[in-house]
Amino acid sequence: MKQSAVNGKVPISLVINKVRHELDVEPWVTLLDLVREQLQCTGTKKGCDQGQCGACTVLIDGQRINSCLVLAVTRDGAEITTIEGLADGADLHPLQTAFIEHDAFQCGYCTPGQICSAAGLLREGRAHTRAEIREYMSGNLCRCGAYTNIADAIEDVLRQRVSTKEAAE
Amino acid sequence: MSSAEMLHVGRPISRVDGRLKVTGQAKYAAEYPAADLLHGCVVSSTIAAGRIIRLHTDRARAMPGVVEIFTHENSGKAARQDEDWRDDIAPPGHPLRPLHSDRIQFDGQPIALVIAESVEAARDAAALVRAECAIEPHCTQLEAKRSQAYVPPEKRSGIPPPSDPRGEPEQAFAQAPIKFSREYRVHAEHHNPMEMFASTCVFEPGGKLTIYDKTQGSQNVQSYVASVFGLKPANVRVINHYVGGAFGSGLRPQPQLFLAVMASLALKRSVRVALTRTQMFYLGYRPDTFHTVSLASDHQGTLLSIMHDAVAETSQYEDYQEALVNWSGLMYRCDNVKLSYQLAKLNKATPCDMRAPGAANGVTVLECAMDELAHELDIDPLELRKLNFASMDGNTGKQFTSKALDACYREGAAAFGWSGRRREPRAMRDGHELIGWGVSTGTWEAFLQTASARARLTDDCKLEVSTAASDIGPGTWTILTQIGADALGLPLEAVSARIGDSTLPASPVEGGSWTAASNGSAVQAACEAVKHTLFKRAQRMANSPLADASFEHIEVKSGGIGRKDDPRRSLSIAEVMHAADLTEIVEDGQASADPEQAKRYVSYTNSAVFAEVRVDEELGIVRVARIVCATAAGRILNPKTARSQILGGVVMGIGMALHEEAMIDHRLGKIMNHNFAEYHVPAHADVDDIEVIFVDEHDDKVSPLGVKGLGEIGIVGTAAAVANAIFHATGKRVRDFPITIDKLLAA
Repeated sequence: MKQSAVNGKVPISLVINKVRHELDVEPWVTLLDLVREQLQCTGTKKGCDQGQCGACTVLIDGQRINSCLVLAVTRDGAEITTIEGLADGADLHPLQTAFIEHDAFQCGYCTPGQICSAAGLLREGRAHTRAEIREYMSGNLCRCGAYTNIADAIEDVLRQRVSTKEAAE
Repeated sequence: MSSAEMLHVGRPISRVDGRLKVTGQAKYAAEYPAADLLHGCVVSSTIAAGRIIRLHTDRARAMPGVVEIFTHENSGKAARQDEDWRDDIAPPGHPLRPLHSDRIQFDGQPIALVIAESVEAARDAAALVRAECAIEPHCTQLEAKRSQAYVPPEKRSGIPPPSDPRGEPEQAFAQAPIKFSREYRVHAEHHNPMEMFASTCVFEPGGKLTIYDKTQGSQNVQSYVASVFGLKPANVRVINHYVGGAFGSGLRPQPQLFLAVMASLALKRSVRVALTRTQMFYLGYRPDTFHTVSLASDHQGTLLSIMHDAVAETSQYEDYQEALVNWSGLMYRCDNVKLSYQLAKLNKATPCDMRAPGAANGVTVLECAMDELAHELDIDPLELRKLNFASMDGNTGKQFTSKALDACYREGAAAFGWSGRRREPRAMRDGHELIGWGVSTGTWEAFLQTASARARLTDDCKLEVSTAASDIGPGTWTILTQIGADALGLPLEAVSARIGDSTLPASPVEGGSWTAASNGSAVQAACEAVKHTLFKRAQRMANSPLADASFEHIEVKSGGIGRKDDPRRSLSIAEVMHAADLTEIVEDGQASADPEQAKRYVSYTNSAVFAEVRVDEELGIVRVARIVCATAAGRILNPKTARSQILGGVVMGIGMALHEEAMIDHRLGKIMNHNFAEYHVPAHADVDDIEVIFVDEHDDKVSPLGVKGLGEIGIVGTAAAVANAIFHATGKRVRDFPITIDKLLAA
């Protein structure tokens, strides 16, 4: 690990939502605190700070991960997508649209994590049924109890993807 | 408003704040930036009772970035009288004063606050603070204090104590042919909203404070801060635009609020204090309760006596109270009823209203007892409930403004397929799983609180409606927008709501399921006042086509005001305003309960909950395969967000039935499972099929909008329906909630 001469901070380079950031980060700073406190990118939520609730889920190189358990310095060079980077300009990601349509949230606090987790799940390609969606989304807690609506939203997007793929084949 | 005019109310509109929430733009209390912001981390007590001899802070102070450490020895000036510390929701007693003295009354009590330039420095330094304490004896075990339980001498405002006995309950019980007394327990539960408690106190030059707080009531927090710190209310602005869940935990000011403001005033800088998930477990919870329920009936199932005695825990310093047993006197028709409710003091923080406080646990045990009675009588448990239908409130002798519970029973049963149920337990099986079907009634009071709102209509036909309400998730932003749009005949896009700000018109805290009825009715009244002013202005115009019209003949729609019976006789809103030299019309409106009506009527939301469970007999694993919840709640403003509220209540009810329980090591007085890994809240995998039905219920008395409220009702009855289904599946009756695997296997 490269260490900068001054105050023990480590220089790292992260691409966050397609923007490159050259940062000097203390080695004990989590990715979650880095984006929330230092980059004012507060869409990623802190619900427990110990990897148990999933509210802080982001995509690192496409893979979903609890950002509260990641020390930022360990991901030098990574490409990170947070909820703020999921839409394509003004066009929402299909999951974001489906979450609104299915009322898949109430207070909205777990929502960024749920959506990022669902995006990761779709990319993994291992959920084919509603039961599998429920199982593989179980790391993302929702205390408002929007689970059935979240499953509906993800199932919707999963079906769209399957039918688009079938149409293409 | 007649239904013909309702273009938006009653329709499944998607949330107006949906886009902000799915893109991460909605900001919560800990997410507002401020110049030179300091971060606070709370140090909590690790003993349950005693005194602080010394706090060793030297190592923490030496940590780079640490600015100050506050303890009871330097916590600054604050109010001396209990009265000044009492918020709108406080129960009787001595409200907690963080860092007030060396006395420790519960584990997890805040004892120091570390302020630093970064989150990390504050957190790491807090871990270095060491408390030297004189430990005193403590008790955290309700059963140990049950014999010392007492009737709270001072009643909590807004909470009716149990009604006086009626009839001859003991005698009727003694003489009845069918009777039993059962002991139930519902363990303490924790709200666990996903957002952690946080307050960002922005210190402005001149001493004005803007506080972003996780609260269910911005004005409750404003008056608390002003009163505790002796500030002018005008110098304290509280904002809670978005609240990441609360379920009651944000009704009262939490300690991080006091600590953030105290530090901010002392250091003259902006300060943010956020609690940890573990710290939240120690501050507010649904109390642990013991219940004795005695039921007696004749051979046909007609109830002859109901007695419900309960003991609940409270803290050393306040007498927290909720309506725990009252439900047993009003849900069913019975001439002989006796209710009692006592408290026992433990070394824990004061409990805090949690979703359907009192009803969620009190109704659960009554509904389990009703299931036991149906089993004794060998009659269908749904039929037993119908047989004892209460058409008036037995506690008060008053009429219900409406009660479509019979429709809930009928429509819920039909959707569930209840008629196909075999009565005897253990009759249904699928492979290694036993299947059981259970039912419960649910009920919650429908309140109309005093609330105010403002409506501002501008000459470009844009409407803004505002009230200091909060939206902790139910969809307040959305329904207020819908109500405003329909009141002045505007498209949704032309209407904006403003809530979550203490400077807006007066509002109660968001709780008790009263916001839609109260703030919604206030918004409608404000819009009506705007319409009236517009009409008066229109009449004053030269050659006004409305000169001889009366207000009842007028409608406002499509940007104009005109006669309903002759749309050609109309004026545009812009021309009316311009003729009066106005660019906007601003009016206030209010809603409040009618005291005359309250002498004769009471209002309740009702529901019927049907549950199917599947129980692996060898492993004791219970799965809730499906729930049907049929609710009668008056007018439904938005079927989409309304349905979500019921879903959420049902999910929390599943947690109450099967999972949720604070586990305390009583030797230490410590909660041991103070995290999401060990305190299990329902996850995706726990929640399968839930069907929500709203039955038709017209109620022109409950509130001007005909709305009853939905925040609580979904949880009430769900845990009982699940427990009753478990009995039906297994023949085992567990009377201790949650019904965990160990209890089921041992039964």
